[in-house]
Order: sequence, then C-alpha cells, then structure tokens
Amino acid sequence: MSDAQSSSDRIPINLRTEALEQLLVERGLVDPQVMDTFIKTYEKDVGPLNGAQVVAKAWTDPEFKQRLLDDGTGAIAELGFKGPQGEHLVVVENSSAVHNVVVCTLCSCYPWPLLGLPPAWYKDPAYRSRVVREPRTVLNEMGLELPKDTEITVWDSSSEVRFFVLPQRPSGTEKFSEVELAALVTRDAMVGVAQVNA
Amino acid sequence: MTEIQPASGVADMGGDSGWGRAPIIDPDEAVFPEKWEGRAFALALLSMRLSGSNLDAFRHAMNRLDREHYIDDGYYGRWLYGAENLLLDSAIIAPGAVEARAANIAGDHVDEPPAPEATKPDYAPTAAGSIREIDAPRKFTVGQRVRAKTMNAPGHTRLQKYTQGHVGTVTIAEPAQVLPDTHAHFIAENAQWVYTVSFDSRELFQENAENFTLNTDLYEDYLEAAS
Repeated sequence: MSDAQSSSDRIPINLRTEALEQLLVERGLVDPQVMDTFIKTYEKDVGPLNGAQVVAKAWTDPEFKQRLLDDGTGAIAELGFKGPQGEHLVVVENSSAVHNVVVCTLCSCYPWPLLGLPPAWYKDPAYRSRVVREPRTVLNEMGLELPKDTEITVWDSSSEVRFFVLPQRPSGTEKFSEVELAALVTRDAMVGVAQVNA
Repeated sequence: MTEIQPASGVADMGGDSGWGRAPIIDPDEAVFPEKWEGRAFALALLSMRLSGSNLDAFRHAMNRLDREHYIDDGYYGRWLYGAENLLLDSAIIAPGAVEARAANIAGDHVDEPPAPEATKPDYAPTAAGSIREIDAPRKFTVGQRVRAKTMNAPGHTRLQKYTQGHVGTVTIAEPAQVLPDTHAHFIAENAQWVYTVSFDSRELFQENAENFTLNTDLYEDYLEAAS
C-alpha cells in the first residue's frame, strides 16, 4: 500500500496543500467555499472568548458554577457553546490548593467550542512529552511559578472527553462586572499554563 | 480492506525526554499563521468525509507517519499527510497524483495518474460523534484500583505507553464511547465505558519524580482490576 510518506523528494508543504486542493476541487469533491467557511469559523467565531464568558459567569453566578462543575457539557450548552471536539466537557477548578493543567500527549485534543483551535505551544512535542513527567518544571519554563504547597494535577486527554480549567478569580476584582472579568481571562489560563491577573 | 498498518510510534510521546525546553507562549499568535495551514485544516476535515472514514482512522493515519512527516511541517503538516493517507486508502486519489500536480504547479510538465475507482471502507457509524448509550454494566467503580494493561496494539490505540502496566484509581466514570482501537480500522464501534484514572507520578515514573497526580481516560478494554 502506498502512503503519503513514500515520496522521496520533499515538496514544500504549501505547494503540496495547493496540489491536493486542486485535485479535489476540479473533480467536484471539495467546494472551496466550504473550506473558506471552516477557516473563517475558527478564525473569527470560535475561540477563547467563548471560554472566557464561561469563566466570568462562573465567577459571578455561584449556581451556574455548581452546574458547570457537576455537568460541564450541560452548563456550557446553556451559553450556546457546543460542536466538534466538545461532545463531553469536564470542568476542573483551580484553587490555591490544586492547580490543574491539560495536555493531549497522543495528538493535541483540545476543547474547540470553548477555546478554538490549539495554539503552537500546546502542539509542541516538548509540551506534550514533558508536562506529564515534570509539570512543575515545564510550567516554570513557561513562566508560571506555583507555590510549593500547591498540588498539581495533569489531565491527559485520551478519550473524547475534553477538559477545561476554571482559573482562580484574581483578588481585587470584587467590583468587576461579568464583561470586565471576561476581558481578563486568557486562553492559557483556561488550559492551566497561566493564571489570571487583574 | 481492513489491512492494519502499524503506528510509527512518534505520536505516543508522553513521558519522553529529548524534545528540549518548553515552548514560549505567543499570546498574539494567529489561528493559522500561514495560509496553507487553514487550507490543510479544511481539506483534512473534508477528507474524512470524502474517504468514508472517521476521526479515529484520521488519527491513526497521522500516527502512521514517520518522524519527518509527523514533525517537520508541524501540526497542519501532519493533518495534510494524514488526510492524504485516508484518500489513498480509499482510492479517492491515485498514488503519485499529489506529487505530479505539485510538480506541474511549479512549472513542470509531467503526466498525472488518472483518478482511480474509489474503494471506501465498508463502514457506517451507528450515531454521530463518539459517545454511545450502552446497556452493559460498568466493570469498574469510582475509587477502585485498576491497572493499565500492557497491550502492544497492532494498529491504533489511545493507551499511552507511559501508563501501561501501572496502577491507579478510578476517579470519574465517563460516558461510554466507541473504542478507537477497532473503530479506526472499521472493525467495530465496540462502544464501552471509559474511566478517568488517577496515577501517582511516582508510580508512573521513578521514585524521585516530581510529585503530582496524572489523570487520563482509559477505555474498559485497557484496564484490569488491581488489588
């Protein structure tokens, strides 16, 4: 059986992509406008702003937060967020006692409906391989130094369950509105390689 | 049709050393830093449908790649090569077709192979997605000690090598899901219970490892009771 890897001369990847697109489009197997829609969806509509809304609501609405921790998929669907790579969502809460951080060592599974497509660091072999072996060292290298007595829990996404981190609400934000809080929440905090700062 | 091709082993990198320092975060990174990456992303999603395949087969199509093809063109590079593998498997495109077209785009004049007769897998999902309702009772319960089996899967698996042979505790009873090991090869959905299992880092690695808890999802077939 021939494989994509059997070619001896490497073709530049952008050219290779263009060649495959041409082959499929000219036979009517792929519609380039459908491709444009997929791309635009993840460039413009589905990204970490979704997750930030979930976090801000959880910080300001204790009943929502409880539902979120009990049934992540259901609570997140209340806000209208669902779709590919979000079939079943489990939300884990960071505190000063426990810090959660998420990885997918086998590929780069990521909760698309809440965070969009994964960033480069999440897909980096150094992150994938090392964060399940020496998370404190990896987090330090990425700029997050945790107190010694904070326990670390690493979640390696290996089934279709997707894990989402509810970061700690920063102090000094007691008077912030939900919208103001959402603006503070970063993608990296919702994976667990950063904390939210006011 | 269901010829099982082995994974190269590159993808199963959890616990490996040798990949260097942790990456630097770029908070302003574009979703698709280069235009081809968006095209490759969309082509791969469409290729799964075109080839009559599924998400597990797509993951395995990437896991079959050698180190160079898995790593050197990055994440969407392996998506593109994986998509090509699916399209070749189902004879949607002919071997050599992409290479010939690329050469012609670059100004060459080479013959291109004709489009072959498609041979899609004899497979249809019983429902959308990967989660299934099943009647079977759960074999394991929250709090139970379990061991991740040592399995040497001939083809696809989601059982990482770094968990194999180690004992942990069931912490979450997850929904039943199709088993990637058989689903990727169109043998059966084999829907079964999944468990989030917690491992002590010093059980997985050596005694002097950093102290932390590792949670990961393991399918019922991957587990056995441990005392």
